[in-house]
Amino acid sequence: MASAGLDRTNDFAFKIGTVNGTGSASANGLLMQSIFRMGIPVSGKNIFPSNIQGLPTWYEVRVNRDGHIARTPRIDLMVTLNPNSEERDIAEVVPGGYVVHDSSWPLEEELRREDVTFLGVPMGQMCVEAFEGARARILMKNILYVGILTALLDIDTEVVKGLLRERFGRKPKLLDSNYLAVKMGYDYAKEHFECPLPLRLEAMDETGDCVLMDGNTAAALGCLYAGATVAAWYPITPATSLMDRFLAFCEDYRKDRETGKNLYCIIQAEDELAAVGMVLGASWMGARAFTPTSGPGISLMSEFIGLAYYAEIPAVIFDVQRTGPSTGMPTRTQQCDLLLCAYASHGDTKHLLLFPADPSECFELAVRAFDLADRFQTAVFVLSDLDIAMNDWACPRMEWDDSYEHDRGRVLSSDQIDALDAFYRYLDVDEQAVAARTLPGVNPKGAYFTRGSGHTKFGRYTEDSAEYVEVVDRIARKIASSADSLPEPIVVSRPEAEIGIVAVGSSDGAVREAIDRLGERGISADYMRIRAFPFHESVEAFLEAHDPVFVVEQNRDAQLRSLLTLETNVPQERLIPVRYYGGLSLSADHVLDGVLPPLDAQDAEATVEIGAAADAGDAKPKVGAS
Amino acid sequence: MVEHLRKPKIRHPGLKQNALGLTRRDYEGSMSTLCAGCGHDSITSAITQAFFELNIPPHRAAKLSGIGCSSKTPTYFLGESHGFNAVHGRMPAIASGANAANRDLVYIGVSGDGDSLSIGLGQLCHAIRRNINLLYVLENNGVYGLTKGQFSASADVGSKSKRGVENRQRPIDPVLLALSIGASFVARSFSGDKAQLVPILKAALTHKGFAIVDIISPCVTFNDHESSTKSYVHTRERYHEVVSADFVPPAEEITAEYEAGATEGIHMHDGSLVRFHKIEANYDPTDREAVYEYVSELQNEGEVVNGLLFIEESTEDMHDIHGTVDEPLVNITMDRLVPGSEALSKLMESFR
Repeated sequence: MASAGLDRTNDFAFKIGTVNGTGSASANGLLMQSIFRMGIPVSGKNIFPSNIQGLPTWYEVRVNRDGHIARTPRIDLMVTLNPNSEERDIAEVVPGGYVVHDSSWPLEEELRREDVTFLGVPMGQMCVEAFEGARARILMKNILYVGILTALLDIDTEVVKGLLRERFGRKPKLLDSNYLAVKMGYDYAKEHFECPLPLRLEAMDETGDCVLMDGNTAAALGCLYAGATVAAWYPITPATSLMDRFLAFCEDYRKDRETGKNLYCIIQAEDELAAVGMVLGASWMGARAFTPTSGPGISLMSEFIGLAYYAEIPAVIFDVQRTGPSTGMPTRTQQCDLLLCAYASHGDTKHLLLFPADPSECFELAVRAFDLADRFQTAVFVLSDLDIAMNDWACPRMEWDDSYEHDRGRVLSSDQIDALDAFYRYLDVDEQAVAARTLPGVNPKGAYFTRGSGHTKFGRYTEDSAEYVEVVDRIARKIASSADSLPEPIVVSRPEAEIGIVAVGSSDGAVREAIDRLGERGISADYMRIRAFPFHESVEAFLEAHDPVFVVEQNRDAQLRSLLTLETNVPQERLIPVRYYGGLSLSADHVLDGVLPPLDAQDAEATVEIGAAADAGDAKPKVGAS
Repeated sequence: MVEHLRKPKIRHPGLKQNALGLTRRDYEGSMSTLCAGCGHDSITSAITQAFFELNIPPHRAAKLSGIGCSSKTPTYFLGESHGFNAVHGRMPAIASGANAANRDLVYIGVSGDGDSLSIGLGQLCHAIRRNINLLYVLENNGVYGLTKGQFSASADVGSKSKRGVENRQRPIDPVLLALSIGASFVARSFSGDKAQLVPILKAALTHKGFAIVDIISPCVTFNDHESSTKSYVHTRERYHEVVSADFVPPAEEITAEYEAGATEGIHMHDGSLVRFHKIEANYDPTDREAVYEYVSELQNEGEVVNGLLFIEESTEDMHDIHGTVDEPLVNITMDRLVPGSEALSKLMESFR
């Protein structure tokens, strides 16, 4: 019952519903990696509960020969292995789709649908017969469905086998059971179903320059290459794995050759307040330091962030965003901390924000974050999100230029300090309004007192209006001047586009796909992906040049639009919010649902006007797209 | 405000020099802006003396603090050291990060009873647990000075605020707290007892790991109110009649000299009596449980036990626990930190 006439080769999505804690993540990763190795653009989205064991969890895989790998809500094939989610799993499949289920027990009649094909495999029974022990039977059931899907979707069996060898090569027993489970599933499907289904895979050559990596791993790698030596953190989903990976990289690459001791110090703090305080302490001392956290952590860190801003201390903070407010949904994604981070802390503050769109950019922008923090002596936020951070993405390989020179900013050496008559912390200001600093322990002449209380340009305590204003005004100039040094927006132009679309971060894939689909409807849209705040001057120029501008973002209150309204002179009415905040990864459908109605309304208006004009004998063709 | 007023550096040829050829003046900072007679100024003087006597190059020390009267004091000593006045109750975090980055400097943190035992209690506990190499000076006066006289968590049951309100909550005792969670160096002293304080500070600075020195430091402004019949009450009432509450009466620092082994009462500014108990001859400062029992027993009798109460020299500090290299992390150059392009491209293969 596949959609007739449509070639679905390398263009479909499937989903696997299991119980968390049963080891399905490994099987799902195996499927995703196999498709990746077949050279086909693919994405995997892990939808997991904030729980250790026993609740429903899903894994969505989308393959798309055109490279559109944002999440899609249209599931063509569902593997449902969790009785607690069976009903909704089956309901979710698109008409004409397929349901793979465990037929060890009969499927309840009321769950059956006429418009989908049910493929029953007695998975439980097969595993009971083939494997010993409850744990092995549960685990191998996962590998069994890998085998079933390998046959149904025509996954290259050699690739699957190769991956199993890489994973279990040193554990022959485990390798044998995995082989057996794959073969059992594969053979059963071949024997009982018409394989492959119209939803099938065919090798391509589109992922050769890519790696399969999650954003937290990439960001951790960026910290390693940035030369970070001190890291402090408090465990929080979805930021935890960033530090796990940093530690793992440090263990591999950061041991002193002679002593075997650590060229790093990673401190698990008592809370996020302490974690960011440690970052400030280490940065003040001259080390590169960072902390990874999520929204609740930023709320706690706010006081120290204001200190970093005012006392001008570098700090790199990764905010892996999850749904708020409060505890929110810790295992769901959002872009909901834009305003929080942009102006974190009391008083007049403004901070540098970087918005990576995928793991490759997490690596690149992590390195830049440290340079920018040192250059501008202030807090720099890398705003990733759960989607980027915890899902594996097929993204460009990361590269390193060995001639790269880290920008450590304006730090005076002992000799430079000696050459001065006297040193004052905030006196020697460059063209970007950055003052030279000294590090503790270097030279007695370089000593100064770092404080968050009112201070003069000499670094001294003050309660004098003019002295206070002089310093805070310079800091404002410094932050404003940073805009030119931040990653520039990426603009994708289409011929004769009138409307514009603006987005940040992980919305990128969905927006690009939506723009293609708009194009198919004859609507041409220019796209600007903003990569940093304070905004580059080209941001305002783009907004000025388009009307309307759709601002696509993953939060309820249109925070990016608010930032654009606050920080540019573009009239608010020009910016139409397109928001999705349900916690799943953004899809092109979400974007189109927000973009099309206002355009249609505009068309209707235009049609009415034209109609009136036609009455007056001045007919014009209808503009825009319907 | 005149916090940054520099003291004139006049060197008398006869001034005593330490091994570095520096005089005590070289260890001083700006003029204090605390109330005249404040116990904190005596502590500042003792800290200055301790660093001078230990021959520590001033710029090889880092001084840190939180917020409060006590936290202002790092401005008043070690003018040639980098200082960091952090946010309220969070000095230990700054100290931990700084120490992680550069283990070679001598770290001194100054805090108060509000900073340490209320807003910063968690940070204090975890700094102890982490055993960072830091002298933690707790200038303990039982009140919030800068916000004008609220009780702190170290105020004793029965003590009265300036407005006459009696504190009925039990205090958090920093010494018992530190002992119970494994601090490796615990001392208590009195700002007026310089003869005892300087050696303790020197020992604490020399100690590897976290050294907490709880120092009773009378607040001449907000503890000068007890409904006592002693002469200070009369003085307080007279000043209140003449000026507003912001007027700070001149007072002399409290000084006390006494022999080891004796218990002695010290008259505070407010006229109340605090008893100090010196270490006894059979006291074992290395037996944590015994020290805890001894201190709490005597405290229940209304005595403040003081001296170098507990020391454990063999513990692992933060760097030992973390296996950090011996050289300061800030000294390690990028070529030793960045694995390079070849390593990265190899690594990329494992993500295929």
